[in-house]
Amino acid sequence: MALPPPDPQFVLRGTSAEVHTLHFYCRGQEPDYPILFSGSSNGLIHVWNLKTRRVDTILDGHGGKSVYWVEAINGRDRLLSQGRNQQICLWDLAEGRNTVTDSVFTENVGFCKSSLLKVAQGHWLMAMPGKDLDEVQVLELPSKTSVCTLKPEADAKPGMPMCLKLWQPDFGSCPFLLAGYEDGSVILWNLSGGKILSRLACHQEPVMSLDFDSEKTKGVSGSSEEVLTVWSLDEQQNLKVQKTHKLVNAGIADVAIRQDKKILATAGWDHRIRIFGWKKLKPLAILDYHTATVHCVSFSDHSRPSERLLAAGSKDHRISIWSIYNQASGALHCPLETRKPD
Amino acid sequence: MDPEPFEVGHAVREAINILSSSRNGVQISEALGTIKCYLGGTENQAPLKEREEFTRVHFSAFLRGLVSILSPDWIELLTSDQQKELWDSFFLEGPADQVFLVLLDSIISTGPGFRLMKVISILEQFLQTGGMSALMWEVCHQQAQAGLPTFQETLLNKVVCLPDHLCNKLQGNNLPIFFPQNYFPLLATEIIQVLQRISDSLRGGLDCSISFVSQVLGKVCVHGRREEILNVLVPRLMDLTKVDCIWQRICWRLVECVPDRWIEAVVCGFIQKAPGADVLSRLLGNLVVKNKKAQFVVTQKLLLLQYSCVTAVLQNLLGYLALDSLRRSLLIKVLKELLETWGSSSAVKHSPVEQQLYVSKAILICLSHLKEPEIESNGQELLTSMMGGMKCHLDSNLPRIRRLGMIVAESISSRITTDGSCLKFQYEDDDETRELKSLQQTARLQLPVTDLPNAGRNDSPSATPKAVSKPSGNPHPAAPAVPEEGSDLELDSDDDLIPYDMSEDKELKKMKVPVYIRDCIEVLTGSEDMDKWEATMKVLESLIRRNSATTREVSMELAKVLLHLEEKTYIEGFVELRKRALVAVTITDPVPVVQYLTSQFYSLNYSLCQRMDILDVLALAAQELSQPQASGKNNPRSTQSPCIQTVLGSDSSQNWRRIVDERIKSKTRRLAKGQSVVEPACGPNKFSSLAGHFFFPLIQNFDRPLVTFDLLGDDHLVLGRLAHTLAILMYFAIHTVAAAAMGKSLLEFVWALRFHTDSYVRQGLLSAVSSILLSIPSERLLEDMTDEFLETQSWLADVAEKDPDGDCRRLAWQNLLLMENLLKKLRSVPS
Repeated sequence: MALPPPDPQFVLRGTSAEVHTLHFYCRGQEPDYPILFSGSSNGLIHVWNLKTRRVDTILDGHGGKSVYWVEAINGRDRLLSQGRNQQICLWDLAEGRNTVTDSVFTENVGFCKSSLLKVAQGHWLMAMPGKDLDEVQVLELPSKTSVCTLKPEADAKPGMPMCLKLWQPDFGSCPFLLAGYEDGSVILWNLSGGKILSRLACHQEPVMSLDFDSEKTKGVSGSSEEVLTVWSLDEQQNLKVQKTHKLVNAGIADVAIRQDKKILATAGWDHRIRIFGWKKLKPLAILDYHTATVHCVSFSDHSRPSERLLAAGSKDHRISIWSIYNQASGALHCPLETRKPD
Repeated sequence: MDPEPFEVGHAVREAINILSSSRNGVQISEALGTIKCYLGGTENQAPLKEREEFTRVHFSAFLRGLVSILSPDWIELLTSDQQKELWDSFFLEGPADQVFLVLLDSIISTGPGFRLMKVISILEQFLQTGGMSALMWEVCHQQAQAGLPTFQETLLNKVVCLPDHLCNKLQGNNLPIFFPQNYFPLLATEIIQVLQRISDSLRGGLDCSISFVSQVLGKVCVHGRREEILNVLVPRLMDLTKVDCIWQRICWRLVECVPDRWIEAVVCGFIQKAPGADVLSRLLGNLVVKNKKAQFVVTQKLLLLQYSCVTAVLQNLLGYLALDSLRRSLLIKVLKELLETWGSSSAVKHSPVEQQLYVSKAILICLSHLKEPEIESNGQELLTSMMGGMKCHLDSNLPRIRRLGMIVAESISSRITTDGSCLKFQYEDDDETRELKSLQQTARLQLPVTDLPNAGRNDSPSATPKAVSKPSGNPHPAAPAVPEEGSDLELDSDDDLIPYDMSEDKELKKMKVPVYIRDCIEVLTGSEDMDKWEATMKVLESLIRRNSATTREVSMELAKVLLHLEEKTYIEGFVELRKRALVAVTITDPVPVVQYLTSQFYSLNYSLCQRMDILDVLALAAQELSQPQASGKNNPRSTQSPCIQTVLGSDSSQNWRRIVDERIKSKTRRLAKGQSVVEPACGPNKFSSLAGHFFFPLIQNFDRPLVTFDLLGDDHLVLGRLAHTLAILMYFAIHTVAAAAMGKSLLEFVWALRFHTDSYVRQGLLSAVSSILLSIPSERLLEDMTDEFLETQSWLADVAEKDPDGDCRRLAWQNLLLMENLLKKLRSVPS
């Protein structure tokens, strides 16, 4: 008999709004404590101190409109946040400051989260939904100059972009963009030419989220239907479906592959977090804690693998923090209080 | 006066005299030699006229003489060579018809002894040396010049009955060659020989009559030796007629000449033995057009009056009709008659299912043979009979008959409509339906196939072609298991990550389920929220069972709501959920709810389905009440799911029956075995005080028709269910006070309906009788209800013998057996 799934290691309460996005920053050395950024539907960004497990700072810069993407840029002192007020803000958090130093007006009213890629020291690319409904714009940061605008041909009609992932092959120079669209297809864009390299219709419903493993050049996408799809990218830059997994309940809000490419977490509309082995998509655990839809999952970037955490933010205003499959030997995590066998 | 006849007669008499009186071998052999001259074949033969004279007039008498003087010491006067040369040759070389008659007559008249043995050995030689073919050839030959009818008649009798005569005479010492299984195949090869000679003589331009051979064939067939003779004859004829048209003509003539009184046996035999329709057509020619009797046999008797042929034979027969333009008109006629039978409601009601299956098969095969123009010209007629037939088939209570109707109607409609808009019914495929459907195509495919040489030349008696083209059992062979995608070539796997328990991963229920019964009623009556409604349906039963006190407060209301509940949105197992909830209410508060349900059964404005639901609920509730409850647990359902499954299930009748049968079986076994049964949990039978409430209101009003509900009229399906339900209630009322009274009125109910035309109703009644016999103490049954008991017994005997439905007959037998056991038990207990 398999062990019952673990309980969350701890739960962060107090956002008093639905949690839409989470981002860890745990790479810092002592005395920097690991922190977690969370963006919620009331427009606030909470900065959580994971050592004390309390809110450190609350950032209010989106006029009460929902924040659905946050990401640290250039260390823990600079933060990008995207909100429903069509602004992407750049925060300066150094030395206790919390001011918006810069912002980009996205002109887009969708829910599509942006994606950030560091291309060189001090240079980033950011993909964000563009002005037209089916358009993706890529900016160079910090200059904010537009690198390219990716717009499908008129007859392609994939609908709005729903999720974006910028990535760069280990040895190549040219970055690529993977975008999931409203019609259920995933498109691979070449940024240098602004051309579609491959298009894969892997879902019947809008793609809600995708993540990509650039080492194995395969990715995973979830949609509002009850199927999780793993697809791979071959040498000819063609996407093809590798495997699908049928879930019990429909709807995946978010997928995340852990940095060590061992496990995959999904945020389910059925209130459950699912863990899969990344290599074969072997179902590993169902984490059932939340009482409402889980909106986002995120893995921490602790430098020591054993400390790596999983965070999930839900509609029920709570953020659950899990410690799972992070022992080097692969042995099951033993929760703080030892379980008695039933 | 011609001196020669006198001369021949004189010589014969003289010879006989010498033979009987002389003790001198030389003298005897001389005398024999003299007579032998008249037979011809030797170098010094007598003139032709004398020879003819001898064979016509004196030969039989001389042979009789030869037989009569036979004795051991007489025969020793001749050397063995002389015996063969002189004595035997008279029998083996003389005119075969006369020889045969003399031999058989002597066998019949002679007592056991040397003479009999000698005669029999001669007869054996006669048969072995082709005597029969010589005999038949001779008769055929004579017939061309008008032979004697009585002589032929005798000969025919003797030829056909030879095995019987010899068997009677020789008893245990019979020789193998005279056994029917050897004699008739021999006869068949001899017939082929004769036919061969006839065909030669026809080719030579000589006329020849075949009728004696036909008579032999006909008589053998009618004597029940069809198998033996045709097993040899048909394959040979099949080969011979394949290329030769003279042989075909001979073969047609052979069958045509069979006298009318025997032709049925011959035609049936040919139809069964022929391996294919084209062979049959070659063998029979247009016999059915020429011969009225054969036509009757083929188009009426084999199709409409009997149902014994296997499918392959049926295909032969109809294929034969379809193969020639002259016979196609018959095919259409046959189809119309078949459809008439298929569409007659009386036939559907009264004929056995097997026959209906047979007729359906025949219709499907006919349809597959029809060509487009023929269908077009008869389209209207086909449509009319299809509509009529479909109606009465769908009216039937037996699912198998309904399905037969559906398949045939589908097939007809697909043939008469050209634009592709044909009927399509919903039914589950089983072997039978697949076989039927395959018939629509196979007939077409089979026609061009010519018979293989030697096909069917199987000497075993079961050479009937059994190759019914069966649908392949599994049209989609399981795809080879797709191996796990091998793209994952990495050697390190996920195996070091041990999965947690994932059994809790269930489908998410969106709604909060109601916790109070009153909430449930509210949801069920008013709510438009389908999710809530569904969740309510799913918890209702357990809620009712848990809160019996609150349920009692609203039991009537709840029963009413549940009874009228409709499936607003699709829920898996809705019918079952609703029924279980109703059963739960009934059990929690039996008296008022049962009163309500039974009164609603006979009131206006219910659908048949609702009425049948009421019956099912009553039966299930009675079952649950009567079962002893495990101590401490007040929910028997948790340990045992209801074993009576009901409603809409097409074969629920079989379930009822099976349950009753099982109980009967268990009962009878217990009588024999003594007490080896482990005592089950005991408790008071809650049903005993309630049985009357269940039973009497139901049985009261069945004969009072309402505007919308007429049990004795069209709604016989419900009547059948009522009968079954009453049987079940009766069964559960065992050991109750009311049982005797219930049984009495149930017997009256059975008596009133015993001649119902619907077999499902009759089955119900027979189950009811079973329950009565099992539930009522035998003393009560025999003392208080003697008349009813005896009347029922005679009715059962009648059913067991005559009922067209096989299940009814079986149930009746079972009941009779039960009655017998009861009587036996009573007799064994001294009163």
